[in-house]
Parts: sequence; structure tokens; C-alpha cells
Amino acid sequence: MRWLNLFIMLLFAVLMLYATTGLPGHADPQAPANTHVSPTYIEDTIKDTHTPNVVTSVLADYRGYDTLGETVVIFTAGLACVLILMKRKGNDKTTLSKHHRSDHM
Amino acid sequence: MIKQHYQSIIVQTICSLLIPFIQLFALYVIFHGHYGPGGGFQGGVLLAVSIILQRLYLGIKISHQKFSPRLAMAFAAVGLLIYGLAGIIPMIFGGSFLDYGNLPLFWVHDAERRALGILIVEIGIGLGVFGTLVLIFDNLVGERW
Amino acid sequence: MVVLDLFVSRYVYFMTVVLLAIGLYGMLGKRNLLKKLISMNIFQTAIFLFFIEGATKRGGSVPVVDELIGIEAAKYINPLPHVLILTGIVVGLSLTGVALAFLLVLYRAYKTLDDRAIMANMKENLE
Repeated sequence: MRWLNLFIMLLFAVLMLYATTGLPGHADPQAPANTHVSPTYIEDTIKDTHTPNVVTSVLADYRGYDTLGETVVIFTAGLACVLILMKRKGNDKTTLSKHHRSDHM
Repeated sequence: MIKQHYQSIIVQTICSLLIPFIQLFALYVIFHGHYGPGGGFQGGVLLAVSIILQRLYLGIKISHQKFSPRLAMAFAAVGLLIYGLAGIIPMIFGGSFLDYGNLPLFWVHDAERRALGILIVEIGIGLGVFGTLVLIFDNLVGERW
Repeated sequence: MVVLDLFVSRYVYFMTVVLLAIGLYGMLGKRNLLKKLISMNIFQTAIFLFFIEGATKRGGSVPVVDELIGIEAAKYINPLPHVLILTGIVVGLSLTGVALAFLLVLYRAYKTLDDRAIMANMKENLE
């Protein structure tokens, strides 16, 4: 089992190393990710939003819908924590271990 | 489980001196997000860290009196509500969803209105992250509240 | 020489691959559920590092538009991966919080975090 895990890890690493040979090199200004939409964001941010920080303007304005969904995600995570760990009044037998389970059945 | 406060005068003094400065820096990070590194997420995390530090050195009982977990839940919900209202109010005034150019702030320029909309949204994100992190910490510690 | 050029231009990717492999090995091989969670965080951090590496440009400044530098896009690094990773970090944080809550419930119920012991206990409870 241990050797199988090691084999899967090495296979994954070799596959990823092979994939890196097709990626653009370090700090390439002509990489596809750097030439598609991000020049528009950088050049229009002062004109559109009066916000010099491009990260803030993209986060809250150009892609505000994305950030709204993400805020909903973290709020839901907080609510999930409350609902998982909340101790209800008068019900302390929340454990699922064997003898408790057999008591209830 | 954190039952009692930490019994060392050095730790207590340093923490009580440090917490206001952490909160001030958090507010700076939130409101300076337009002009430098920062924004709602980072400022919210810093605010939450100040409350968690207070929980650690004062103990659960006293710090729950100072800042209750129910208040943290209310902060998280209010943050999300601010974000949602910043999305819906422009729809009422004839724009599309989250289009801050149509916020009802008629005395400022259109692009400046967008900057104010971004500021409102960042405050909402900051409050939401702050409340959620304090809530997660309080539940993981496992005290009854 | 070709291999050396390839290494110099892509060494950050290689470090990312090492971190990804460590995270994958921990998620598959470790038996303690808390160690699995830590491995998942390592995996996540490797993905963040990969995105941030993809944002860099030669001769680029931080993406805060300054009058002294000008407004050309070639003089600033790509802001889009930073935004995606900013949201990704916070989602990872809330994911870790929920996972820790589940682990706490599991530990209170079974008094262990070993996955095989928990599975054996579950099977006994079913029978």
C-alpha cells in the first residue's frame, strides 16, 4: 500500500514535470495569460474607477459578482461551523460511540 | 479549552497595549485598499485576529462579555447585507446588478461614484470576514455560548 | 545545455511540482485525518504559488498604477491571478475551518482520528 502511494505520487510528479515543459517561461511578458484581458484592466482602471490599485478595482468592480459569491461562501462556512458544533440545550448525548448508540436503540 | 485568563502581567500588559494598534492598522488596511496593498479580506482578518488575541489572554468568560459571539454572527450577516444592498440599489436606480455607476450619489463624478461603491463593498467584505473568523474560532474552542 | 536552460526558466514550476507531490502523498498515504488536512493545505498552497508565478512579467512593477511609471500594461505585472488567489486563500481558510469542525465532531464521537479505526468502528455500529 505504501509503495502504491509512492508510485502514484511519482507518476503524478513526472506527469506534472512533463507538463511544465509546455508552459511559458519564467516572467515572460508575452505569455498568453499576460496578454489576454489584463492589459485592459490596467489601462482602464483610472478612467473607469479612479482606483490606482488594479487588484482592488478588479476584485470589487470588474469581477464584483465573483466576490459576492465568495463572500456568500465564507458566510456559509461560518454558519456550517455553528450548526456542526452548536451544543443544544438539554441534549448533551451528541456522541455516536457504541454504547451510546446501543442505549438509544 | 481556555478556562481562565493568562496569569502573567507581562503578557496581559503587552496584549492590551497591542490590540488597539492592531485594530487601527486593520482599519487603515481596509480604507487604504484603493491606493496600496490591502482591502476588505486582509483588514477583516486583522480585525478578527485582534478579537482572537483578546480571547486568548483574557479568557473566554470576560472576553465573551466584551465581544459576544452573537455579535460576531450579526457582523458577518451585516457585512453580507451591505454587499447585497450595494448590488441591488443600482438596480433600483436604473443600472444592472453591482453597477456602482448608478448608485444614488448624484453630487460626485461617475468614476468617483464607482470608487465610493468599491469602498462600500470593501467595508462589507471586511465586516463579513471579521465576523465569520471570530465565529469559527469561538465554535472550534468549544465553549458554551 | 538545453536542460540547464529549461531548469533556469522553469525552476519555480519544479518547486511547485515538488509541493504538489508532497501534498498528494500526504492526502493518499497518511492515516491521521488531521495530517490529511495539513497535506490538503500544502497542495492548495502549491496551486497558489503556481498562479502567482504565472502573474510575473520581466521588468514589471506591482499592479498599483503610478503616475511616475505610466499607464502602459507592460510595466505592471498581471493583476488577475492575484485577485483569483486572494479569493482562493479566503475560501481555503473557510474550508479549513469547516474541516476542523468535522474533525472535532469525529474525535468526540470515536476518540481517535485514525481513518481505519473510524471505519472499523462504523462497521461495528452498522452490524
